[in-house]
Amino acid sequence: MAIEVDMMKKVPVAEQDPLVRARNFDEVCLGYKEEEARAESTRCLQCKNPKCVEGCPVRIDIPGFIEKLKEGDNAGAYEIISEASSLPAVCGRVCPQETQCEGNCIRGIKGEAVSIGKLERFAADWAREHGINPVKKTSGNGRKVAVIGAGPSGLTCAGDLARMGYEVTIFEALHKAGGVLVYGIPEFRLPKDEVVAREIENVKALGVEIKTDYIIGRSETIDELMEDQGFEAVYIASGAGLPMFMHIPGEQALGVYSANEYLTRANLMKAYREDYDTPINKGQKTVVVGGGNVAMDAARTALRLGSDVTIVYRRSEKELPARAEEVHHAKEEGIRFALLTNPVEILEDEEGLVKGIRVIKMELGEPDASGRRRPVEIEGSEYEIECDTVIMALGTTPNPLISSTTDNLETNKRKCIVADEENGATSRPGVFAGGDCATGAATVILAMGAGRKAARGIDDYLNGRQ
Amino acid sequence: MFKILEAEVLADKTYKMVVEAPNVAHACEPGQFLIVRADEESERIALTICDYDREKETVTIVFQTIGESSYKIAEKKAGDSFIDVVGPLGNPAEYVNEPIEEVRKRHYLLVGGGLGTAPVYPQAKWLKEHGVDVDVIIGTRNHDTLIMEQEMIDAVGEEHVFVTTDDGSYKRHGMVTAVIEDLVKNEGRKYDRCVSIGPMIMMKFCVKMTRELGIPTIVSMNPIMVDGTGMCGACRLVVGDEVRFACVDGPEFDGFKVDFDSAMKRMKLYKSEEGRRLLAYQEGSTHHGGCGNCG
Ligand SMILES: Cc1cc2nc3c(=O)[nH]c(=O)nc-3n(C[C@H](O)[C@H](O)[C@H](O)COP(=O)(O)OP(=O)(O)OC[C@H]3O[C@@H](n4cnc5c(N)ncnc54)[C@H](O)[C@@H]3O)c2cc1C
Ligand code: FES
Repeated sequence: MAIEVDMMKKVPVAEQDPLVRARNFDEVCLGYKEEEARAESTRCLQCKNPKCVEGCPVRIDIPGFIEKLKEGDNAGAYEIISEASSLPAVCGRVCPQETQCEGNCIRGIKGEAVSIGKLERFAADWAREHGINPVKKTSGNGRKVAVIGAGPSGLTCAGDLARMGYEVTIFEALHKAGGVLVYGIPEFRLPKDEVVAREIENVKALGVEIKTDYIIGRSETIDELMEDQGFEAVYIASGAGLPMFMHIPGEQALGVYSANEYLTRANLMKAYREDYDTPINKGQKTVVVGGGNVAMDAARTALRLGSDVTIVYRRSEKELPARAEEVHHAKEEGIRFALLTNPVEILEDEEGLVKGIRVIKMELGEPDASGRRRPVEIEGSEYEIECDTVIMALGTTPNPLISSTTDNLETNKRKCIVADEENGATSRPGVFAGGDCATGAATVILAMGAGRKAARGIDDYLNGRQ
Repeated sequence: MFKILEAEVLADKTYKMVVEAPNVAHACEPGQFLIVRADEESERIALTICDYDREKETVTIVFQTIGESSYKIAEKKAGDSFIDVVGPLGNPAEYVNEPIEEVRKRHYLLVGGGLGTAPVYPQAKWLKEHGVDVDVIIGTRNHDTLIMEQEMIDAVGEEHVFVTTDDGSYKRHGMVTAVIEDLVKNEGRKYDRCVSIGPMIMMKFCVKMTRELGIPTIVSMNPIMVDGTGMCGACRLVVGDEVRFACVDGPEFDGFKVDFDSAMKRMKLYKSEEGRRLLAYQEGSTHHGGCGNCG
């Protein structure tokens, strides 16, 4: 069946019905079928100076891979993407395309941008289903490099270094590799077995060894890795760190979680599955504080566990930092938004259980340092929202573990590790860093890009080219 | 996989195991803990390191069964394995990294309540081995629940170990706080530091006593944990008006600054839910929930 294409509009993608998916953990977006992808690919204008590529943090040759899809050469499309990205099946699902590639698409000026993310996902999923593996194993050069953290940044760096012939070991603190991809982003957005586990298998297939249950800074320090274990360079990719809290009264009440804890229980520890032991407090009424991807994920997870959910965010809809698609999906699923609203106190009952949250309405004032208009409280506008669970999704502060156990490793005033943006170099020769631990909480694609640059930086360093 | 070499029942619901865990055994110091996962479906359970052998690459854990996952740990036998053992976690006791001459100037009082006796043991041993004066109080419900008395005596000498039972069934009679008071006020002992490890309620009262007596006191906090690496925030505590994380900032904190009341409140939540889970696990399909009998 040929698909009719409206050049102004994206070819629609199949999704689970909102009412059905609000009760399950299966993936929301079902992805393009081959003929849909082919149809969407015809919308690409093949610009001479492709603006989309400028918007991509890892500069994928977007018109190039879309052209291949149009020709029916799915494998060719995948190969082009793989040259720039090591986790396309992941990025196609979780990148904020609307502010990156798709945000720059010329089609988007008059109509809707080309659905670049969905096409990327199609190419990657197709390759996986057809057993196509990008990996070409090179013969080893016998030189050892250690990577700390098996999130997107560490995995990418390790994969690239292995392809260059290095003997790479990833040390991962948790019992499972993947970082935020396994403990943070939920199953319904990023399937763990089909997508994440496969990407990790690809990295292992290159000869990378992943040691789980291994905490650098406690089991071993960076100095010990380099002096006693013969690693010539180290890449730190240990992620964003500890959740922040608001320091308002009632925050220690029972039923207040950080989003990280809530999502870790649900995702990594699979509290939503009957056959796992992890307890989770399945609230009846949940309030999630924050407006980023993390807040959306927590809210939609609570919904799927059977709760009624309200998101409280202190700025307006326009400033919501989450991906547009997640906000759209959250609304479709019936999550309420209390925008321009900020918590002032969490209310608890005699037993210390959460019984509500006191909030105050806000209005937007002058722009602040981030360029966004600063929310200010409207006096006398306080009111209460009844709830039994509060999830704080307010961002993170760096984990001090590595910086405090590594001498002369420079951190900035936000306590993030200082790393050169071009090659990941830190203040310590041979020690490189990137991803969320250097930038603060950011995105998968930026973490991956940093891993890639650091791999080149490490190769240059070890060959005396730096 | 992490092999269990020895498994032994110490007292009712209290178990001791020796486990092969090279990464932990090489690096751990008194004051630190580890996390165990029994099998793929289990939670991550934070447990005390009670002893370690760097050469044999083993650690000794002592624990009680509270929830389903700790039950699964207890069901394992010598020769079985755990799917995950990770550590050491948390910071070593403060004296480990202090100049030893300074530490030797102090007289230490270690107080272990119930299961807290287990993590006190490596501390007592370390201090004694480093030539530091140390007395140990072991508090327990009754004679049957007493653990590790002999090990403690072997480590620091009989005249330095004071056992007290709540019901007076063995040695001294009464709470650890009464023993502290006795030792200081009536038996002429002088202490410059107290380390107190046990149930939160015991640590709270212990601190009340040592504050009166002017003995700076370290407590070891064991709140709910998930990852134990500083990622989830479940282990947060209020210490001197600040939010601190037991797994990265602790587990040992200045006892005079810890807000025990909010910490005890937070413990309740999962205990009850875990408790319910445990029932379902022990009773298998006979427990369907919702009958109103078990809440
Ligand atoms: C809920 C949630 C939703 C998100 N949604 C999106 C999205 O839709 N799109 C998007 O682009 N981004 C999203 N992000 C952000 C994105 O996931 C991160 O920016 C990205 O994962 C960072 O990668 P990383 O490799 O730097 O760190 P991480 O993924 O955090 O990985 C770090 C790893 O290092 C390990 N580690 C830490 N300390 C040590 C140590 N001392 N020793 C050994 N190992 C250690 C950790 O256990 C972890 O596995 C989301 C984040 C969260 C939390
Ligand atoms: S247990 Fe998760 S941060 Fe401490």
